[in-house]
Amino acid sequence: MNEIAVQTKDVTPQAGAAPARAAEGLQARLDATDLPQGGFTAAARREALDRLRQMGLPAPRDEYWRYTDPRPFNAPVPQPIAIEERAPDSPLFATLDRLTLVFVDGRFDADASDPLALEGIEIATLAQADAAEDHWAAGLYGVLEAAGQRPVARPFAALNTAAARDGVLIRVTGRPTRPVHIMHRRATAEADVVWHHVLRLEPGAELTLLETGMVGARSNGVVEADLARGAKLHHITAKRAGHQKLGLSHIFARVDAEAQLKCFNLSVNGTLMRHEGVIDIVGDDASAHIAAAVLGDGRVGAFHHDDTVFITHGAERGESRQVFKKVLKNGAEGVFQGKILVKPGAQKTDGYQISQALLLDEASQFLAKPELEIYADDVKCSHGSTTGALDEDAMFYLRSRGVPKDRAIVFLVLSFLADALDEIEDEVLRGEISDRLEAWLTRRAAK
Amino acid sequence: MLKIHNLHVKLEEEDKQILNGLSLEVPAGQVHAIMGPNGSGKSTLSYVLSGRDGYVVTEGDATLDGDSLLEMEPEQRAAAGLFLAFQYPVEIPGVGNMTFLRTAVNAQRKARGEDEMSSGEFLKAVREKAKDLQIDAEMLKRPMNVGFSGGEKKRNEILQMAMLAPRMCIMDETDSGLDVDAMRLVSDGVNALRSPDRSFLVITHYQRLLNHIQPDVVHIMSNGRIVKSGGPELALQVEEEGYGDLLAEAG
Repeated sequence: MNEIAVQTKDVTPQAGAAPARAAEGLQARLDATDLPQGGFTAAARREALDRLRQMGLPAPRDEYWRYTDPRPFNAPVPQPIAIEERAPDSPLFATLDRLTLVFVDGRFDADASDPLALEGIEIATLAQADAAEDHWAAGLYGVLEAAGQRPVARPFAALNTAAARDGVLIRVTGRPTRPVHIMHRRATAEADVVWHHVLRLEPGAELTLLETGMVGARSNGVVEADLARGAKLHHITAKRAGHQKLGLSHIFARVDAEAQLKCFNLSVNGTLMRHEGVIDIVGDDASAHIAAAVLGDGRVGAFHHDDTVFITHGAERGESRQVFKKVLKNGAEGVFQGKILVKPGAQKTDGYQISQALLLDEASQFLAKPELEIYADDVKCSHGSTTGALDEDAMFYLRSRGVPKDRAIVFLVLSFLADALDEIEDEVLRGEISDRLEAWLTRRAAK
Repeated sequence: MLKIHNLHVKLEEEDKQILNGLSLEVPAGQVHAIMGPNGSGKSTLSYVLSGRDGYVVTEGDATLDGDSLLEMEPEQRAAAGLFLAFQYPVEIPGVGNMTFLRTAVNAQRKARGEDEMSSGEFLKAVREKAKDLQIDAEMLKRPMNVGFSGGEKKRNEILQMAMLAPRMCIMDETDSGLDVDAMRLVSDGVNALRSPDRSFLVITHYQRLLNHIQPDVVHIMSNGRIVKSGGPELALQVEEEGYGDLLAEAG
């Protein structure tokens, strides 16, 4: 009896102190963050800040942050990271005919970019547009993010809406013949980069958006994508190797009837990375695919990569696919949290989710939390998660043909990742990503 | 060419002896067939020769042109001229048939200190050989063995064999799962490769394959050893009488 009383006494003041400490932590984070007033975004920024204050920053014990330590993202400023020597790879997509937009430490660099003109799209930078009180993006900036805060809070996305100074605002009305390519570059070692894109695809419009490069010592990115009826968005991101950064990103997408969303992310290294996909299917016959190929090598430095996805089916005959593949070695850690929520009435939903890890040694690990929550009775949903080593039969087969062991591993890793890469529809883009992967694997094979 | 002397092999994971003092010699230019009941160790022999993990050689040796195979990695054995046509070729999604084959050809050339084949040379050679095996361009482009029928897989094995031009070819039940036409195609492919400086060790359950690929010598294997060797007539005898009498006779 006494013991219990003592325990209660001990615990109570701690429980009371935690919110106070959390509020202090958030205040310290905000004090160190540049918070612009904003023009057309002013109200959205204020509201985002209010949301953030209500939510607080995540604590390591929060269920949603159980597998990934939020503290480096909570810290007021990031540890500086020296600017890398030139990466050994040539820039991705360099040979494609595309509209290139360069961002340096998160700020648009007009001199290094193509003119902001492409048939079928309207394009502006956030910094430029936010000088005015009025813009088409006002109806979306922070709006999809706010909608994505339920049922799970995503505090860093709210912080992003409040703090973002630059990004792109793209309204697509047609079918541009060229993709838009956003290239990120680093200039200063301590850059804490916040970028925020808003994409609006009008009915029947199509866009391929490529995003590559290196972003800051720490980065926080948000994409809000609104796909009207029959629109099609292909979003491909690829992060360069050799960059030991902290990165967080969110994509909030609203997918209306008959629209198609396809997201693919290639990640090779990064000390602590978390990508969240929050996708709402709101119109009938829509489809949303989100996929990633991740290569983590703990030998280069700590590696932790978290993909967290939440797909909500709120309409009939929706189709969704989550395909996440992680190749981990030398103590690398991979995390996947994927959820499919089928709302009442979302009949004939077809939801599919697969997360797989290929562990190249025993020091690496993969944690997966697949979830299905279904409130309609005529749906097809499946999920699977596997963790495995290289297939010995396949290894022997390849080696028996004279392929050296290192090279055989490269083949088998590419084979493992193939399903994720298949989510890249365009053959040329898929080829570039595949070649990049192969080059990276070949360089690292012996290590 | 291939000399196997008193080979004893057990499984790595359990104390089970599979080969019990097997000896065999395949001279250059000859085709030898190995027949034997299930569980006699035929497939194990092919795996041990080509270097698969999971087996321990406790005694004896196997040499190719005088060099011991047993210490070599599988890829070194391949570069030395050994080839195993698999009973069950492995499907490898996401890896193009041609990409793989070119990598294998050039890796072997590199290992032997030869010049690599250019893309043009390779394409020309592979198209020519594929045509004989009725392998079309679409099949060459597909991921390795993925969605191939049983016959297509085996034809693909022979295509790889033709491109890699090994000197010692081991064929592990290549006839399993083949219809009559496919067996003819595969056999024609093998026969086209016969030459004075290339040898074959053909593992099979049935005499039928040996009608198409005429062996010089037939060996009967039982309980991890060669118990009887003879000419092509030995295969006919097995076909007619089964193994019972033969094995009893061999003791």
